[in-house]
Amino acid sequence: MKKDIRFHAGKYDVVVVGAGHAGCEAALATARLGKKTLMLTMSLDAIAMMACNPNIGGTGKGHLVREIDALGGQMALIADQAMIQFRMLNMSKGPAVHSLRAQADKRIYHVNMKQVIEEEPNLDLKQGEAVEVIVENSQVTGILTKTGGLYLADAIIICTGTYLKGRIYMGEVNFEGGPSGLFPANDLSNSLKQLNIDLKRFKTSTPARVHRDSIDTTVMEIQEGDNPIEPFSFMNSKIDVSQVPCYLTYTNEKTHDIIKGNLSRSPMYAGEMESIGPRYCPSIEDKVVRFSDKDKHQIFVEPEGLDTKEMYIQGFSTTLPEEVQIQMYRSVSGLEKCEIMRPAYAIEYDCIDPTQLKRTLELKFIDNLFFAGQVNGSSGYEEAAGQGLVAGINAVMNLDNNEPLVLDRSEAYIGVLIDDLVTKGTNEPYRMMTSRAEYRLVLRQDNADLRLTEKGRRVGLVNDDRYLKFKEKEQLIENEKVRLKKVIANPTDEVQAYLKEIGAVPLKTGVSLLDLLRRPEVTYLNCAVIDKERPILPEPVWKQVETQIKYQGYIEKQFKQIEQFKKLEGKKIPESIDYNLITGLRLEARQKLSLIKPDSLGQASRVSGVSPADMNVLMIYLEQMRRTKNDER
Amino acid sequence: MDRDTIGAVATSVGIAGIGIVRVSGDQAIGSVSNIFKSKKGQSLDMLSNRKIHYGWIVEEDGKIIDEVLVVPMKRPYTYTKEDVVEIHCHGGIVSVERILKKLLDQGVRLAERGEFTKRAFLNGRIDLSQAEAVMDLVSAKTKNSFQLSMNQLQGRLSQALNDIRKQLVDMLAHIEVNIDFPEYDEEEVTREHLLNISREIESKIFRLIETSEVGMIHREGIKTLILGKPNVGKSSLMNYLLNENRAIVTDIPGTTRDTIEEFVNLAGVPLKIIDTAGIRQTEDIVEKIGVEKALHKIDEADLILVVFDGSRYLEEEDLMIMEKIKDKKALYLLNKTDLEEKISFDSIPYIKDVLIRISIINNEGLMAIEKEVKKLFLKASINVEEDAVVNNIRHKNLLLKAKSAIKDVIQSIEDQQTIDCIEVDIMETLEYLGEITGDAVREDLVDKIFSDFCIGK
Repeated sequence: MKKDIRFHAGKYDVVVVGAGHAGCEAALATARLGKKTLMLTMSLDAIAMMACNPNIGGTGKGHLVREIDALGGQMALIADQAMIQFRMLNMSKGPAVHSLRAQADKRIYHVNMKQVIEEEPNLDLKQGEAVEVIVENSQVTGILTKTGGLYLADAIIICTGTYLKGRIYMGEVNFEGGPSGLFPANDLSNSLKQLNIDLKRFKTSTPARVHRDSIDTTVMEIQEGDNPIEPFSFMNSKIDVSQVPCYLTYTNEKTHDIIKGNLSRSPMYAGEMESIGPRYCPSIEDKVVRFSDKDKHQIFVEPEGLDTKEMYIQGFSTTLPEEVQIQMYRSVSGLEKCEIMRPAYAIEYDCIDPTQLKRTLELKFIDNLFFAGQVNGSSGYEEAAGQGLVAGINAVMNLDNNEPLVLDRSEAYIGVLIDDLVTKGTNEPYRMMTSRAEYRLVLRQDNADLRLTEKGRRVGLVNDDRYLKFKEKEQLIENEKVRLKKVIANPTDEVQAYLKEIGAVPLKTGVSLLDLLRRPEVTYLNCAVIDKERPILPEPVWKQVETQIKYQGYIEKQFKQIEQFKKLEGKKIPESIDYNLITGLRLEARQKLSLIKPDSLGQASRVSGVSPADMNVLMIYLEQMRRTKNDER
Repeated sequence: MDRDTIGAVATSVGIAGIGIVRVSGDQAIGSVSNIFKSKKGQSLDMLSNRKIHYGWIVEEDGKIIDEVLVVPMKRPYTYTKEDVVEIHCHGGIVSVERILKKLLDQGVRLAERGEFTKRAFLNGRIDLSQAEAVMDLVSAKTKNSFQLSMNQLQGRLSQALNDIRKQLVDMLAHIEVNIDFPEYDEEEVTREHLLNISREIESKIFRLIETSEVGMIHREGIKTLILGKPNVGKSSLMNYLLNENRAIVTDIPGTTRDTIEEFVNLAGVPLKIIDTAGIRQTEDIVEKIGVEKALHKIDEADLILVVFDGSRYLEEEDLMIMEKIKDKKALYLLNKTDLEEKISFDSIPYIKDVLIRISIINNEGLMAIEKEVKKLFLKASINVEEDAVVNNIRHKNLLLKAKSAIKDVIQSIEDQQTIDCIEVDIMETLEYLGEITGDAVREDLVDKIFSDFCIGK
């Protein structure tokens, strides 16, 4: 880039690079918190683009969406508008793992999010490619675009998704490219490298989209949505939409033979592609090779939207050449005559090693440079959005010298996500799963508002409307619990008849309804017959009451574990600590700790390569440091 | 972290051919050098590392304290990862004590119990469970106990725990895959399956806890109390067991006034024997204290050897003793079978059957004691050479917690609780077991999910 073409393009408090799911949350957060914000994107037509599957939510991810909502983010609101099918997963498995999942109309999602961004007063939206982050004295000062525009900024949030040095792979064919036929961003990657930021190379893949009219859904299993629809956002009480179905079909021996016969044409198996892909999203050739005992694999056929004929073929992602794709797709029942509209491809991209970030998502060694989303090695729209929101909030907290928003593992899935990324790093695109959360029973999707609305209020993203609604709900829950404790069910004929009816043991003495609700057979709904004075409550309220009462024993157990956890989290490690002076630590532990710079003993214990023995040494050292300090006083 | 230089007598105090004094720390070589005169005339730091050097420990005036072999070992390849020197001198108390005294004069600090191992641990040479095993090894009382510690060092307990942990992780991975990937056609884990596995795990943990009784006995010895009215031969019995005349033995009743503790190795079972003043209703105040002490000790004892005098009639004191110990593990020994038998147990038939007839003077019937002790304490089913044995209180406590957690799992399954609740207790079980070996849980699990199940879009 020649210097003479540079021009002064403007001055902003915050510049957000990228307009995907992370960028949108980040920019909306900073703008809403009063910062003059610029959102730079390579294409205005790709704002909040769902580049892969047409779903929002799912296990763990549905939790993230609700948390984003409770904190005052945007994703849940838009997802509710774009919803064309709703399912509550894991209904048979208990409230901690109930997960909302929606089929979303991709175009509606994009259009509606774009509109919200355009209407946001403090937010400018511009098309342009960022090519260089300008840093002076370890502090960001601005960003340069490909066309020479120099934007001054106090903080920058990088949300580049899979664009950095993106490369598309389809069999023997590979070329530079971003997702969905868009351009890649090559220069910014180099700029980051020059700032001494460690980059990694990840890959991910997406299946083909086929024309609805070319497939036969009548031979497939139909998958309808659940009713009634439960909205993602706590601000919505219901969604009226006629739901569209998805379909399920299977691969077969013939499909597998085609794949096996063409393995050498896959760049992964040919060894041309060495980047690391996600284990939870294996290509079909991976599945066939690794699980060769399975004679069929599931293929889900999902609409990409209401006004498009494109169908997303979930379970069928591949890096095999287009020619082979056509053969193998057509070997599947119902897809015999399918016309592929967009072929499957894998994309390889640069991301940063997220252990270079603080838990605020700010880079450890450059002030006010934040990263969020797939560029941090994560995967998924919801994971990206969660990080975008946290990065946005913390950029503002930084600029205003306010206390940052750091959610810990016992407070939110977002906390688990960020802690995992910055503490352990990741060797593959990181996906949220409920099994990554230690305190799952407490971190439910149904209580995300109870956990996080106050925090969102503190940082300033929760408006009065949301806050009042939340306070009212909180009060109703509390009142109802108090009431249930006071109402006594006595062993009257009526009560005994009710218990007999539901197959429960009869009462010997009077018990409160609250205690009665702990019995597995008793539900809030079925005990209405013996609870005559019951007030009429919104469903989320009585459901919350029921869950809290029914699982109280287990929840208390988790609270005890959380107490233990908080003790270690509370033991802060001074920033000035020099791990190389602690001779008792093994070399690996010394190196890892020096790199990660954990802020507490709790975080230190999660750094990979730090053994329990190392932790003992560290604890003893900190204790000695503390004592020496006290002695000096 | 700078640490001072520590020293201690490394061998056990008592009658032995050689004694070893060990020093560790930055000043280890320097301080020994100051008091050591090598035959070759060189100072210690000039002599080759990790070799044995002959010479003398001497006073400032050159007077020889002892003739010694000295081994200097430079860091980091030593037990503590610090400079270590071992001084091999003559055995017994005098020599080691005098050498240690000289070292303390040089500024070496007397090591606390277990401090060498603590340093090995702090310096990252060994992990926590190994450190604990070493501590057990140091205080091992008999060969079997030594074997137990060696097994633990080599990870037999770890192996047994890992087997259980693997079962738990498999079970969890299956549950988690059902939870996190509900759309996929992985088989749903059934409650029956969970229940069966949980019960199996419970019994495995239970068995490990069971072995802890044996394990702990091997480390700490079976607290054995010798009880009997005065002059029935208690001290003679103890002396026989000790093979030395430690306690005073006379014909005057009431000579042993206090309790004395000794360790003996009886057919591989370590006994910590407490001799007591004879139980006698007495007015003698000193003796009375001894008697009360003895009765008090009954509660703590693991084994009681009751001695009767066959040449005397059964007396009230005998009956009192039997009343006091009726809930304890006991051997009933009828001594003095060499004399005319006057005692009769017709009134207490249960004793008649288990009575062991001995004559300590004539060395008769004593093998039967060994046999009975073995029968009582070495459960035939636990083989010290083969089984994983728990012989550490911390481990035992964690196992007890794990057992209670897996019991909760079983209870929750039986109560038809939802899977996310059951999982809380499974995870807890896993975490307690992991605390023993020091392994992380979550990463195992995620790896397991992806290696065992075919999932993903």
